[in-house]
Amino acid sequence: MSIVWNFPAISILLCLFAGIVSSGLSGKSARRLNTVLMITVLVLSAATLKYVSSLGESVVYVMGRFPAPWGNELRFGVLEAGMATFFAVIMILSMLGGHHKLSEEVESRQHNLYYVLVDLLLSSLLALIYTNDIFTAYVFVEINTIAACGLIMIRGIGRTIEAAVRYMIMSLIGSGMLLMGICILYDITGHLLMSNMKTAIAGLVIDGTYPVALLVSITLICVGLAIKSALFPFHAWLPDAYGYSTVSSAAILSSLVSKGYIFLLIKIIYRVVGFNIFNNSDIIDILFVFGLAGMIFGSVNAIRENDVRRMIAYSSVAQIGYIYMGIGMGTQFGMIAAIFHILCHAATKSLLFVSAIGLTDVSGCNRQFIYMTGSGYRHKFAGVAFTVGSLSMVGVPLFAGFISKLLFAESAVSLSGSKMLPVLIVLGISTILNAIYFMKTVIRIYTPAPDSPYQAIKARTIWPYCVVLVFFIAVNLVLGCMSDGIVELIKQGLIMFG
Amino acid sequence: MSRRKTDEEYRQTGAFRFFRWLSGSKDAYIDTVEMKPQTEAVETKEEEERREAEHKHAVEKAYDSNNRAIIVFNKIYRLVAAIFTVFLLVSLIYAVSYLPKIGDADNATSNEVARRYIENGVQETGAVNIVSGMILTYRAFDTFGETNVLFIATCCVMLMLMLDEKILEKMDGRDDRRFEPKSDPILKTMASFLCPVIFIFAIYILFNGHLSPGGGFSGGAVLGAGMIIYVNAFGFKNTQRFFNETIYKIAKISALCMYGLIGSYFYITGANHIANHIPLGKVGELISGGIILPINIVVGIEVACTMYAFYALFRRGGL
Repeated sequence: MSIVWNFPAISILLCLFAGIVSSGLSGKSARRLNTVLMITVLVLSAATLKYVSSLGESVVYVMGRFPAPWGNELRFGVLEAGMATFFAVIMILSMLGGHHKLSEEVESRQHNLYYVLVDLLLSSLLALIYTNDIFTAYVFVEINTIAACGLIMIRGIGRTIEAAVRYMIMSLIGSGMLLMGICILYDITGHLLMSNMKTAIAGLVIDGTYPVALLVSITLICVGLAIKSALFPFHAWLPDAYGYSTVSSAAILSSLVSKGYIFLLIKIIYRVVGFNIFNNSDIIDILFVFGLAGMIFGSVNAIRENDVRRMIAYSSVAQIGYIYMGIGMGTQFGMIAAIFHILCHAATKSLLFVSAIGLTDVSGCNRQFIYMTGSGYRHKFAGVAFTVGSLSMVGVPLFAGFISKLLFAESAVSLSGSKMLPVLIVLGISTILNAIYFMKTVIRIYTPAPDSPYQAIKARTIWPYCVVLVFFIAVNLVLGCMSDGIVELIKQGLIMFG
Repeated sequence: MSRRKTDEEYRQTGAFRFFRWLSGSKDAYIDTVEMKPQTEAVETKEEEERREAEHKHAVEKAYDSNNRAIIVFNKIYRLVAAIFTVFLLVSLIYAVSYLPKIGDADNATSNEVARRYIENGVQETGAVNIVSGMILTYRAFDTFGETNVLFIATCCVMLMLMLDEKILEKMDGRDDRRFEPKSDPILKTMASFLCPVIFIFAIYILFNGHLSPGGGFSGGAVLGAGMIIYVNAFGFKNTQRFFNETIYKIAKISALCMYGLIGSYFYITGANHIANHIPLGKVGELISGGIILPINIVVGIEVACTMYAFYALFRRGGL
C-alpha cells in the first residue's frame, strides 16, 4: 500500500481547501493559488494513473474509519485516473488561455470569487469521477451546477444573466430528476453504494419485482443527466451560456462540465444498473435516437449561425449527440468510441473557444463572420490553432476527431441489428455538415481583405496565450497520432470499471 | 364616587394607558416612530418622453403582438406543456404506487446498513443522536460537500448582488427603506428580550447536537434568524460594530477550514488504518462524540453566516 493510494482523496480535498481560502484572498493571489492547484492536481492524478495501471485492478478507498456500505467510498481504476489527468490538463490550458481577457470581462473586485468557483468546479469534477457512492455524486452534482451558473453569470452583462437563469432552470430540472431517480432506486435496493446497488438490481431483475419502479428510476436518471449535458432536445440553454460567458468559462463549460455528467451516466450504466440490464431496456434506444437527431440538428443550427462563438456552441450540441449515439449503440466498442470522443471533444472544443477569442480580438471584438475576414493573417497563432480545431472537428486524419469518427464507424460496422445503417448514414451527413460550417469559417479567416478597417490592427503578441495554443495543438496531435495507446488504456479501464 | 387621584396623576398610571390603548384613542406610532410621508413622484417632460419612447420601442421591437404564428405557437405550447405535465404526474404516481410501504420490516431499506447505524452507532460514534452520528461520522464526506454547497451558493449571491461600499453609501436613504419605520419601539423592545434567548438557544442546539435532536445545520439556522431579527430592530450600523464583512470572511473561512482539517485528518487516518487521536469520550456527556461536537460548531457558524449574508445581500447589497 503506497502513499499514492491517498492521492485522489487528497486532490479533491485540496481543491475544496483552495476554493475556501481563495474567497479571502486578493484576485492575484487567488489566481496564483488556482494555477498551483491545477498543476498539483495534474501531478497527483498522473501519479495515480501510473499506480493503478501498474496494479492492474481498480482500488477502493474508504473515506473515514467505516467501510463501504456504512461510510463513503472512492473507487478508481485506469479510466478514472486517466480522465482526471486529462481534465486537469484541459482545465489548466483553458484557464491560462483566458487569463489575459479576464480583466476586461470580469470586475476586478470579483476576480477572487471567479477562482473560488473554478476551484470548487474542479473539486466537483474530480469527485464525480472518483466516487463510488451515488449520493456523494449527487452532492457534487449540486456544487457543479451552482459553480457553472456562477461562471456563466460572472460577466454581469444582460445576455449572460439571462443565460445563467436559463441554465439554472434547466439544470435544476435535471438535478431534480436525478434526485428522484436516486430516491426510487434507494427505496427498492436499500443501498447508496454503487456496487451493492448493482447486486440488488440484478436480483430484482431476476425475481421480476418492481419492474415499473426500476424502469422509471433509470429513465429519470438518464433524462436528468441528458438535460444537464445538453442532449439535443434539451439544448436550448447552451448557445447563450457558451456564447457570451468569459472565454475560460466557455471553454471549461463546454469541454468539462457536460463531460462530467456524461461520465457519471456511464458510471451509473456500468456500476449501478449493469451494462446488460441497461442494454435490454428501451431507454438505450431513446438515447440513441436523440443522439442521432442531435448530430443533425446541432450542425444545421450551427450553419445558420452568424456569430462565431455561438456557432462553436451549437457544434457542441452535435458532438454531444455523437457521444450519446456511442452510448446508445449498446456495445463495448460503442462505449470505447464514446469515451474517446469525450476526450477528443474536450480537447478540440476548448481549443476552438480559446483560439476564436484571438481572432475576434483582431477584428475589433466583432464576432460576426463579415468582420472576421482575413483575421487569420492578423493573428497567426490563433488562425493556425482555429484551423487545427476545425480540421479535428471535421475529422481529418492526424487530428483527434478523425480517430473518434473512425472508432464510431468501426463499432457501427460490428453492430448486428438495425442500428448499423442509421449510424453510418447520420455519421456521413453530420461530417458533411461539420465540414460546411467549419471550412466556411476557415476559408473566411484566410481570405485577404484589402479594404478591411481592421487590416492595420496587429495582435500585440501575448506570449503566454500563444504558448497555450501550441500546447492545445500538441494535445490534439497526441490524441490523433498516438490513439492506439489511449484506446488500449480505455479498454483496460472499462474492464476494471464494471 | 370621587377620584382619589388628580387627572394629571391618573395620566401617569398604567391603567390610563391601558384603557387608552383599548379604546384606540391614540396612535402608538405618532411621536415615537420616525416616519416620512411618501412624496409623489414628479416626472419631468424629458423623462416622460423617454419612458414613452422606451415603451413604444419595446412594444414594436421586442414583442410582436400581432404575429399570428406566435399566438398559435403559444397556444399549442401551453396545451402540450399541460399534457406533458399531466403525463409526468400520472406516470410518477403510478411508479410510486409500486414502491414498498414505509415501515415494513421486510423492506429493502431495513437492511444491514440501517441495522448497524442503530445497533452500533452509539458505541462507534459516541453520539446519542444517531442522525448526527450518521451524517457527521459515517458519511462525513457527504456532509462536507453539503457545507460547501452553502458556501458556493453565498459566493454566487455575492457575485450577483454585492455592491461597492461607495455605491452603498450613496444609496443609503434613497431606496425604499426610507418609508419603513426606522426605530420601531415595539420591534426594538421585543428584540432586546428575544435576541439573547435566541442566541443562547442556538448555542444550546449547536453544543447538544450529538445528545439531542439538533446539530450544526439547525443550530446555525436559529443563530442566523436571531441575527436577522437583531439587524431589523437595530439597523445595519449597529450590527456592523460586531459583524461586518471582514469578520464575516474570517468567521466563514476559519470555520470551513477547521471543518476541512478535522475532516481530512479523519478520512486519511481512517483510510490508512492509522489510530486517530480524537477520543470519543463517555457517551451522554457534553464533551463526547469525537469529531461531531467541533464539526457541529463550525457548521453552525457557516450556516449562520450564510443565512445572514443572504438576508443582508438581498436587502442592502452588502454586509
